[in-house]
Formats: sequence, structure tokens, C-alpha cells
Amino acid sequence: MKSLIDICDLSREEIDSLLDTANDIIAHPEVYSEKCRGKKLATLFFEPSTRTRLSFEAAMYELGGNVLGFSEAQSSSASKGESVADTARVVSCYADIIAMRHPKEGAPLVASMHASVPIINAGDGGHNHPTQTLADLLTIKREKGGFDGLTLGFCGDLKFGRTVHSLIAAMSRYKDIRVVLISPQELKLPSYVKRDILQKNGIPYTQTTDFESVIDSLDILYMTRVQRERFFSEEEYLRLKDSYILTPEKLRRAKSDLCVMHPLPRVNEISTAIDNDPRACYFKQVLYGKYMRMALILMLLGVN
Amino acid sequence: MNIDSIKDGIVIDHIQSGKCMEIYRLLDLEKLDCQIAIIKNALSQKMGRKDIIKIDAAIELDFDLLGYVAPGVTIDIIRGGVLVEKKTPELPEKIVGVICCKNPRCISTTEQELPQVFRLADRERRIYRCFYCESMSK
Ligand SMILES: [Zn+2]
Repeated sequence: MKSLIDICDLSREEIDSLLDTANDIIAHPEVYSEKCRGKKLATLFFEPSTRTRLSFEAAMYELGGNVLGFSEAQSSSASKGESVADTARVVSCYADIIAMRHPKEGAPLVASMHASVPIINAGDGGHNHPTQTLADLLTIKREKGGFDGLTLGFCGDLKFGRTVHSLIAAMSRYKDIRVVLISPQELKLPSYVKRDILQKNGIPYTQTTDFESVIDSLDILYMTRVQRERFFSEEEYLRLKDSYILTPEKLRRAKSDLCVMHPLPRVNEISTAIDNDPRACYFKQVLYGKYMRMALILMLLGVN
Repeated sequence: MNIDSIKDGIVIDHIQSGKCMEIYRLLDLEKLDCQIAIIKNALSQKMGRKDIIKIDAAIELDFDLLGYVAPGVTIDIIRGGVLVEKKTPELPEKIVGVICCKNPRCISTTEQELPQVFRLADRERRIYRCFYCESMSK
């Protein structure tokens, strides 16, 4: 019985197979509408994340399955002090598969050690969020036709943004990738990610604080939120925040087939004036996330 | 006890000077009722000064733990008064119940009876990461 805790739990072949299934679901949704008839997904959300929970629930409904669960810790037995291990054992009696969101890092891993059904990590604190990475990969695959040879730009908070680290790790398995890291000094990609992923896989990368000098080289631009609380001072935040906002002016120099992505929610780092630009892919990314969750549920349940 | 002539036992040699009590505690040697000699600041050609622990019993040692806390020590296994084996413990792949995760957001800080598990992430740099949250040790 397999779970998905970290994107690195999946081999490249498994990811390619999930991408193929998602593409097939998009092409023939009717074929999949009864695949999970009689199956139940439990969404255990120990902290609220409406967006992710709805994506999982929509995915299960579109497969003809049912959903049960809770969306905050107060309404669960965790508020009475039940351990994650016990919750996992108990819910295994009711559901065929579990999607778990938890504020504590490693909680879904602990759940997977005790559950008798597959666990999907739907986000554990700031640690892992593998289904976001799956959504990102399907977006790139559909918008670019593949992964080899792409130049990927990551912009904003590259230090704490785990979605960036996971996507870089997943992309490192493909050929001729180049990475451009755009961030303030304070929020640079941690050196262990550079060493253990980029250098280890021989991926060429450049680091810059100057967004505008590199935007014309990118095939993918992955934007992230620059959070106020990451800065030492308010002045510094105010000085830097506008440098990492994507505006129509900055986009003018970009390639005509650039794909702009964002894990959402956005605050102001992408100007709404870009939303109707064909290069804006962040809302499609949400839709693709649902299809990848459908493909993942099918794979973990062993439904063909 | 003649500390130079152990019949059946173990000598932990080349301990960095000053570290012998830490190893004594970590290996739970106070639980043993056999004779144990602790030699501090012995002169060593190689190290200047070193500590040595001699245990006069054929016990099982946790080599993984020794490899983590005291890499570079040598372990002499003595049987019938003869040195039968010399070992140098290496950094273990996994350490259970020795390091505590310092990340306040880690599940190991709240989940009851969860063992503290660290895995070797980088042998060269001696970096261990928490099995649950992947934070670095120390
Ligand atoms: Zn931890």
C-alpha cells in the first residue's frame, strides 16, 4: 500500500504515468466518471485550506466517489488530544483513502505509518505539498508539451517557499533544464537546495536580484509571494516588494509563449492586469491540480 | 582489576580527551555491574591526549551510537585475553532516540510516544536530518 508524502516518493516513471492519466481524464472525462463508485475519500484538514480541500473533494466527486471529513482541528478529535497515529487508524476503518493537511511537519508521514489505507499529504506546515508540485508539472507539460530543454525562472521568496524547492527537485529529473533564481538577497534559495539538487544533477543556474534583466530568457516564470513577516524591517519590505511584482510593463520583454505560474493565493505579486494575458497560466494551474489529484487517487487506489 | 589485562571485554580507545563521560552516559554503562575503568587524559602519540574506557565484560555495544557521538574511536574486542577484533565505528544511516528535533513545528514535538529518528543526509558533511520534518540536527 503506497502513500504520497513527498514528491520524491514518486519515480519519474510514476509521475509520467500520472501525467498521462490526467491528460486522458481531460480528453475523456466520461470514461472516469464512475471509476471510484462506492469508494470514500476522507479529507482530514487539521488546519483550514479551503482551496486544497475543495480540489480533493471535486476530484473524488468527478470520479464518482464520496467524501467525508473535517476542515479544522476544533471539530476533530485532535482537539481532545488524540494522536495522529490513532486518528489514522480510526479513519482507515471508514475511508478507502485519506488526504491529510496538518500544521505539524511530518504529521502525514506519521499517519502513513499507522493507516491501513493510502495517505496523501495535502500540506504539512511549510514542509511538503506534493500535490501542488503535481499540479505544477501538469501545467508545464500541457503548456510546453514537455519538460526537456526549458529555462525555468523562480521569483520571490525562494528561501521559505517549499513549492519552489519541490518543483526544482521534480524538474531535476529531466534533460537540459536551466534554472534562473530571482529574489532579494534575504530570500535566496537555500544553499543545501543548490548543492543537493542543482549541483548534484549538473543543472546550470543563475542567481539575480534583477527581475528585468532575465525575464526575456524564460520559458516558465514561477512567481511566489514575498511575505511581509520574512523581512527584518518594514522599510526593507517596502523597498523590495515592488521589485518582485509582475506587471504588464515587465512582461513586455518576455517571450510570447512564456508560461506564468503561481501556487496561489496571490496577494499583489502578479498585477491583475495580466490575468487576461494568454501567458497567465495560474488559474489553469488550479484546474490541472484537480486532474492530477484525480489521477493520483486512481493510482493509489489501484483503479485502472 | 588490572586494567591492562582484560580477559573478556571491550576497550574503547582513542576517545577525544574529555569525551569519555559523555560516552559512558550515552552507552548506559552505569547500568553494568562489571568492572569498568575510565582513563582520562592518557598520553597518545597520535592525539596528544586521549580518553579510554575499558569494560571487563563481553557486552553488546551500540556501534551506531558510538559512530555518531565519537567517530574515530577504536573498539578492541578481547576474548580469552587476546585481541580478536578491532573496529572503527562509522556514521550510522539512522539514529533512534539520541538527538531531539529542535523544530517547534515538527510532529515529533507533540505526538505521544513517537521515537526521535534522524537519518544521515550527507556523510561527508556529517549532516543528519529529522525523519519527520527533515530539519538538520543541532
Ligand atoms: Zn523534526
